[in-house]
Amino acid sequence: MGWLLIVLVAVPLAGAAVLALPAFRARGIAVTFGTTVSGVALALALAAVAAFAVPYGQGGSSSPSSPNSPGGPSGSDGGGLGGDMRLQTDLPWIPGLDLRFHLGVDGISLPLVVLTTLLTFLCFVHLTRHPPVGGRPRALVVTLLVLEVGMVGTFLALDLLLFFVFFEVVLVPMYFVIALWGGTRRRAAAVKFILYTLLGSAVLLIGLLVVWTQAGTLDMVVLAERHGGGMSRSAQILAFLAIGAGLAVKTPMWPLHTWLPDAHTEAPTVGSVLLAGVLLKMGSYGFARIAIPVLPEGAAAFAPWLGALAVIGVIYGSLACLAQWDLKRMIAYSSVGHMGFVLLGFATLTPVGMNAALFANVAHGLITGLLFFLAGAVKERYGTADLARLGGGMLRRLPHMGSLLTFACVASLGLPGLAGFWGEMLALLGAFQPAAVLPRPLFLAFMAVGGAGAVLTAAYFLRMLSRVTHGVHGVEPGGAVDVTSRELAAWVPLVVLIVLLGLWPKALLAVTTPAVQAVFTSGTVAP
Amino acid sequence: MIAIVALIILLPFAAAVAGLLGSRVGWRWSAGRVGGGSRTEPRDLAAGRRAAWFAVTAAAVSTALTLWLTLRQALDLPRSVAPLRPGGSGFWGSFLPGRVEGTLTLVETGSVPISVSLRGDGLSVLTGILVVVVALAVQVYSVGYMRGDPRYPSYSAFISLFTAAMLLVVYAGDLIVLYVGWEIMGLCSYLLIGHWWEDRASSRAAVKAFLVTRLGDVGFLFGIFTLGMAAGSFQIDDVLSADIPTGTLIVATLLLLMGVAGKSAQVPLQTWLPDAMAGPTPISALIHAATMVAAGIFVVARLYPLFLGARPTLDVLAVIAAIGMLGAALAALAQDDLKRVLAYSTISQLAYMAGALAAGVGVAAHGDAGGVGRVGGDQAAIFHLLSHGAFKALLFLCAGAVIHHAGSNLMSRMGGLRTVLPVTFWTMTIGFAALIGLPPASGFFSKDAVISVIEHSNGAAQPFLYGSALLTVGVTGAYAARAWLRTFFGPIGVRPPPVPRSLSRSLPRSLPRSMVWPIVVLAVPALLFGFAWLWLTWQGGVGSGVGWGVDWGSAAVSLVVALLGAGIVYALWRSDPAQDPARLLGPFRVPCERAFYVDSAYAALVARPILRLARGVVRADAQVIDGAVRGSGRATMGLSGLVRLAQNGNAQLYVTGLVAGLLLIAVMAAVILT
Repeated sequence: MGWLLIVLVAVPLAGAAVLALPAFRARGIAVTFGTTVSGVALALALAAVAAFAVPYGQGGSSSPSSPNSPGGPSGSDGGGLGGDMRLQTDLPWIPGLDLRFHLGVDGISLPLVVLTTLLTFLCFVHLTRHPPVGGRPRALVVTLLVLEVGMVGTFLALDLLLFFVFFEVVLVPMYFVIALWGGTRRRAAAVKFILYTLLGSAVLLIGLLVVWTQAGTLDMVVLAERHGGGMSRSAQILAFLAIGAGLAVKTPMWPLHTWLPDAHTEAPTVGSVLLAGVLLKMGSYGFARIAIPVLPEGAAAFAPWLGALAVIGVIYGSLACLAQWDLKRMIAYSSVGHMGFVLLGFATLTPVGMNAALFANVAHGLITGLLFFLAGAVKERYGTADLARLGGGMLRRLPHMGSLLTFACVASLGLPGLAGFWGEMLALLGAFQPAAVLPRPLFLAFMAVGGAGAVLTAAYFLRMLSRVTHGVHGVEPGGAVDVTSRELAAWVPLVVLIVLLGLWPKALLAVTTPAVQAVFTSGTVAP
Repeated sequence: MIAIVALIILLPFAAAVAGLLGSRVGWRWSAGRVGGGSRTEPRDLAAGRRAAWFAVTAAAVSTALTLWLTLRQALDLPRSVAPLRPGGSGFWGSFLPGRVEGTLTLVETGSVPISVSLRGDGLSVLTGILVVVVALAVQVYSVGYMRGDPRYPSYSAFISLFTAAMLLVVYAGDLIVLYVGWEIMGLCSYLLIGHWWEDRASSRAAVKAFLVTRLGDVGFLFGIFTLGMAAGSFQIDDVLSADIPTGTLIVATLLLLMGVAGKSAQVPLQTWLPDAMAGPTPISALIHAATMVAAGIFVVARLYPLFLGARPTLDVLAVIAAIGMLGAALAALAQDDLKRVLAYSTISQLAYMAGALAAGVGVAAHGDAGGVGRVGGDQAAIFHLLSHGAFKALLFLCAGAVIHHAGSNLMSRMGGLRTVLPVTFWTMTIGFAALIGLPPASGFFSKDAVISVIEHSNGAAQPFLYGSALLTVGVTGAYAARAWLRTFFGPIGVRPPPVPRSLSRSLPRSLPRSMVWPIVVLAVPALLFGFAWLWLTWQGGVGSGVGWGVDWGSAAVSLVVALLGAGIVYALWRSDPAQDPARLLGPFRVPCERAFYVDSAYAALVARPILRLARGVVRADAQVIDGAVRGSGRATMGLSGLVRLAQNGNAQLYVTGLVAGLLLIAVMAAVILT
């Protein structure tokens, strides 16, 4: 089954290459073609889930009692039930540099791979009836397919430099998406986006190279198993600082977030959805995959700082949202707050914290993806996303749209029973009892601040809802068309998943927990 | 058996889903295109009918199942009760000995696992009965009350969702599961207060209710963390039986108290409840009087052994209750809006329950402390919770009928409705009698139970609490008498033409039957529930050797005080029926009417500073943080501009630089080598 992941990366790449041929210049089929290709990618991702689940089930049935014993020695279970890498492909790539084309999935990356292919597919579904404002649909489809290659590859790569290559591949298509199909001030936003994130990537690369020179290998699996062995404490701290800073730009962590609001505000709907839904996750995924498992001592040294910046981001993002007048900008700042919870989860250096971060990652991808779809639809109908000009009364004029917006906001503010809750709750739970090496009173303070942030999050979303959906006065939307069936086709999967993960968090936690426990238990076993 | 419990919860949930998605099947898209106007169209009516069927059927079946479960528990058919109920209060067990529990699955979190589990014991079943009965009554009542509202389907679906969430709280076997239901209730409250969202006041009230309760809920969640991590499990049974150090217990219960204060509208988080009256009246009856606001009391009773182990928490609760009951009663005395009178009265009555809980286990009167058959504050509180649920829901539903007839919430616009609305008059009289605590209404017995427990408690704040409770009895008599007199007696008020509440209210003046029946049915428990409780406890008491009677001494005192309060108001009103008896408050009338300016204080101390801070953050973000980013960009450009000066295309300059460089290297080489 090792070929599956290669095909998963190759399909969008081949699709982009084929579509770039001049023979496809004919109008109209580009988006359909893109939809098909991304649909195939989604099917492949689901096949990977199936392939992942089969041995998982077998492992579970062979030892049915062990998962039900809480507090028992779960390290061995973690290794056997999904903590290990699956579907690996390991080919020599540049033998002179000992670079390998090494792909694989485990419980940490699998949900993100599915999320990426799903969101890309839904973006194409959305595009079938909503052609890009800037024209050139074929170019957009090619760009998005290349983007998908980079995103999926980032989550699958198990070689540090391969990871970096995919990480960089993403930037260029996203730059073009913003610069060519964006809003009125798209150029400045795009330039800011690419310069800022490239700077982050440069720092990230330095960190990766430090790891390489110190540990002598680029293989993430080996590095994670060593758990920092072979690297001095100072080297780990240096490497964590560089890698963490590079990832923090992408995540984004306060105060490295200012590229995000501009990029989101100017990007077209599909760009915003993928930016918030997937690109930000690449940063946080890096923490889960590289920074924390490979550099445990560096992580322990910086965790209090990471936690502090995370909760500052939560409060700061919420406050910024509270005084925001642009819908898309508000959602962008809400991402700063939500990713703050993700980072807080990582900062606790506990299995529950990392579980929280991974859950919040996926939930944020689904919810904020939906929010940006809705914001785009609002902007399309009203011609503006300015809250003051939108006025109120959306529930009267566009009842379904208003209801969906309410749903998405309620999900985003972390209501239990919807996906947004579990990540936040578990992150706070992690902060309640952080890893033994961390100062507990400090993290208790972080928890309290994070809790206040949760209230502020509710405050800005409800204020926005009250302003936009309630009341009677408001701008007449052009055409007064409520949600179309094609929009619904793109949104309903997100709604269903948000409800499903909210009501049955085990669906995701059962996948991530063994992998997360493998990250931490191997550290305690091997000194 | 646990499947029955699950079914009781899932049926309303299914009704909510069906009501939201299914009631407009077939017209969905065409309805969306025209924009869902406010006109009452045939398809709206059809959708409403369908939604009503979903909602009422689910509520009725849930009620039937709950009653069956109660019967089964009372008879204890399974006979498989564990002999030891760790930490659970034995009292419910004395007449509802049965107990069901089940765990669906265990969710591993990497830390303490979450168990998706339910449990139905005496306390759950008792509270569950209240929830389903009031929910059924309100659903039926709403069919008439909301007739012609184009948004009735979502309205009834949200009530169903609320019912499911509250039942989840009641039957939860795990604290996190309880929290899930707890928050979903808050959401339903938000959605239903904001049902008439065209009205800015409704919208604001809804947001306020959600935010204030959420503020408390964050503390509640942290309290759950503290308990769960200390006990190593979030299961309620494990938490109750765990050996938790007192310090941790105090912290945890104080944190839980935040959530309780938020949900049950206790000081200092009480301000949302009066504003929540902007919602439809049946919602006020169900959520903001009978059930959701009682959830806080229920949770304390559920975890009562923990609170008993944390005496300082109970003292804090006593102070909160003492301030809340008297303050809210005084505020109720000064309100002109009938629903706001009832809202403040709810805060006051909830504070009674909190006071009973704060009293702890009555050592003097009836039983030995901590024993299996002990008589504690939790029973008195739950007794009052149940009777209050019945009579306050009744009062609200009657108020809805009155308001519907008078076309206004204001009592100054009412008066003389006794003859016009005879059924409402009599049922509401029962409700007020229960509220004041006149025998033989249920409120007499339950309030007596509460006051007797408070009287015999020995906490640090006991004198304060007891004094406040007695005073409040008098004020309660006063405001109830005032509301009763100004609504049903005296000159007929100035009737404005019925203002349509932003929707087509072409209701006939006479009440539809669907509104009358729930009122009449609820009047029965409001009147007689006290006897039923006495009988039940007596039945249960036979076995364990203790029971609950009436403490005649304290009952006589409070009855006299209540009649005194009512008598003063009556005398004042008698002297001039056109004038408001609230004038007896004199200069304190305005502060009471404004509820002691707590709202203004919060606006000035919390809301506005936060908004100012938010604006500051936006400015700082643009100028400082992003300014640094842009500044670094500009600095780079500036530096490159300097460097560019060297690249001016002048060959002479390049050669000069080359020669100078060579010279420099040569000199350096010479210096280093020599």
